[in-house]
This record gives sequence, C-alpha cells and structure tokens, in this order.
Amino acid sequence: MLITCPYCGPRDVIEFTYQGDGNRERPEPASQNFEAWNAYVYDRLNPAGDHNEIWQHSGGCRAHLRVMRNTLTHEISSVAFVRGDHASPARGRAEDKP
Amino acid sequence: MAERQSPLEPEFHVGSHGNFEHGVEILLTETRPGSIVQLAAWPGEEKKLMEAIRGVTGLALPDGAGGGLSDGVKSVFGFAPGKFTVTDEAEGLAAALAKAVTPAIGTVTDLSHGRTAIRIAGPKAEWVLSKFFAIDFALPAFPVGAGRSTAHHDVFAQIQRTGADQFDIHVFRSFARSFWKALCHASEEVGYEVQ
Ligand SMILES: [Zn+2]
Repeated sequence: MLITCPYCGPRDVIEFTYQGDGNRERPEPASQNFEAWNAYVYDRLNPAGDHNEIWQHSGGCRAHLRVMRNTLTHEISSVAFVRGDHASPARGRAEDKP
Repeated sequence: MAERQSPLEPEFHVGSHGNFEHGVEILLTETRPGSIVQLAAWPGEEKKLMEAIRGVTGLALPDGAGGGLSDGVKSVFGFAPGKFTVTDEAEGLAAALAKAVTPAIGTVTDLSHGRTAIRIAGPKAEWVLSKFFAIDFALPAFPVGAGRSTAHHDVFAQIQRTGADQFDIHVFRSFARSFWKALCHASEEVGYEVQ
C-alpha cells in the first residue's frame, strides 16, 4: 500500500503510523461528560468502504495526515495535512499567547 | 574548540574495499560539518524563516516541498512542512540563526552533536541507496539540492542530493556507526573507497 504524503510524495505504508479513526471528537480535557468520553474512546463507525483516518508520516516528514481509505480495497481517495483543518488558533499555539 | 570525535572512528577504514579490481564506483566519507541546525516555522511564518536563512547563510531556498541548495560550504534543504536543515563547515551557525529567527517566526535547534553526515558519491550512488530506501533517486525526481526525509529499518535519514551522483545522508549520531557499516557492506559488490 502506498500513501501519497502531500509533502513527500508516494511512500510505502511502512513509513506511516496509524493514529486512529478520524471521526472521533475529543471532549475538552476538563469535561465531565462521561457519555462524550465514552463515545470518544469506544464508538466507531467501522464502515465497509471509505473510512476517514488519521495517519502520521512517522518515517518521513512526521506530518499528521487525514487519509480517506477504503476498508474493502485499501484504495486511498484523498490525503491532506491534518493541520489544514486543525491548525486554527482554537487548536494551535496562538491561543496560548497572552 | 575541542576536536570532535567521530562515531564512525572504529569502522572508518581509509582505502579501497570490496570488489574494486575493475574500478571504484562508490566514494564514502564523513563530511563532518561544524554546524547542523534544524529550523521550524510557526504556521504562516515560513516565508520569514526562509528569509532569515537567506540573511544568515546567503542561500535562497526555492519554494516547494523538499527544496534546497548548497554552495559547497553551507547547505540547506526542507525536510518537512515549514522545517529546514542547515549545515555549515564552520561552527557557530546556530547562534547566528538564533539572532535572526525571532521567537515569533519559529525555533532553532542545534543538532551539530546529534547528527552525523555521511556522503556517498560515485556512478553507483543511486544504485546503492536504492537498496536502502524506497524512494526515487533518479535525477528528475530528486534534483540536485533537494532533500528527502525517509528511514532505513527505523533509522531516520535526511538525504540531500549535493551533486548529480552525490548524496549527503544525515542520521542520528547514535545510529551512525551501524548505518555506516551497512552502507559499506552494500557498496562492497561495486567496489568502494573510504576517504
Ligand atoms: Zn511526508
């Protein structure tokens, strides 16, 4: 299986680390909403088809990637930097500034 | 400054080795740069970081993933989004870059003692490296000056092409001797010279 890293180009899957289901919504760390935490830890769509996944190019540029992989065929239909939609100030360093 | 010891020392044997009766097709050496520095830009500050690198080194980074260049003394290449490796034959590059790269632009990490730079050159350099890394070493896919981040058996390697048949490979210092031995073994069948 090849994953085409947006920075490095096509690379063997051995260079990548699976970081889990990309559909999870992580509650705020201080949240006491146990149902939300339960859903974050356990609930999975487990689709037979396109699956939204997070991978890290750990043996390359080390960027985190959002990968759409078909669980039946391993066909990868899209790869993008996670930073593309998660690098907003709300999730990034900018918020830490005084 | 105190003279730096090479981690390759016990396995660094100057001379010709392997199957060199019909000529040496690989040259292996350690470039021993005085400075190896990694820089990272905060999101959106990449251009300012590239400008700071140009101001200190005189090297104007091209746009694009893995772009880089070398003037034979100093080298720079991108190894990840917004991240660059810069080397200099002289010591003191990290201090100079730290003055130019303000905390608002990004970070400067001095890896001069943390990485070992190994140079492989010669007509069979692409061929030997293809045994190690599953990337395309052909000149059109990997132009002179460009950098690539990859790994060999979990040993991270940042590779810069510094000539048509010449590559500088940066590996962790603690893995350098093992990687060097593997590189020597892989070069045996075409004949190699250590300089
Ligand atoms: Zn990558």
